[in-house]
Amino acid sequence: MGLIRDDDALEIRERLKDMVSPVRLIHFTQELNLEYGREARHLIEEVGGLSDKLSVEVYNFLLDKERVAEYGIDKVPATVIRNGKDYGIRFYGIPAGYEFSAVLDTILAVSQGDSGLRPESREKLAGIAEPLHLEVFVTPT
Amino acid sequence: MRLAYSFAIENDLIRADGIEASEFPDLSSRYRVYAVPRTVVNQGAYIEGSLPENVFLDSILKAVNPETREGEAL
Repeated sequence: MGLIRDDDALEIRERLKDMVSPVRLIHFTQELNLEYGREARHLIEEVGGLSDKLSVEVYNFLLDKERVAEYGIDKVPATVIRNGKDYGIRFYGIPAGYEFSAVLDTILAVSQGDSGLRPESREKLAGIAEPLHLEVFVTPT
Repeated sequence: MRLAYSFAIENDLIRADGIEASEFPDLSSRYRVYAVPRTVVNQGAYIEGSLPENVFLDSILKAVNPETREGEAL
């Protein structure tokens, strides 16, 4: 019944062994009116089951207004990837294919508290003093 | 998308959304997303394609501060 195949699940479990601090996947759904909502939620819950360091929280976009405001969610399905700190990382929709792999990489990076970027990039990013919003549009590949 | 998330980890002023374009057709059409990946910077400038780390970051810096010369400090 799973969305993640058994052999993929094994591989993901192995990858997630490199996690350091706990990561929270905070998922916002509005299942009634969404074509993809249920599948997105199931996928996030399945991923959450692949490491003891991962936890999943699910909120309703229409009812849990406080959380929706806290995380600045304006559309669903939405998933926040955070540790003790909210870095401002969100995925909207179902992460599939290459994007799924990027989400796993990001879970690891957040867990390790390390972007993995080159020193010169870190230096340039540290110099950004105004709010910056990046919206990256993708499709499953 | 992975890079944008990494940038968000580095600086608290940066937030990064990955958006599955086909699930949000209205937003995709507003930002004229015909090919992916397309990165929208501060609801304005566009960056097309999947770029190497330094090129992507410089494109973003250029978008927010047009006076930054391309390739500067590389």
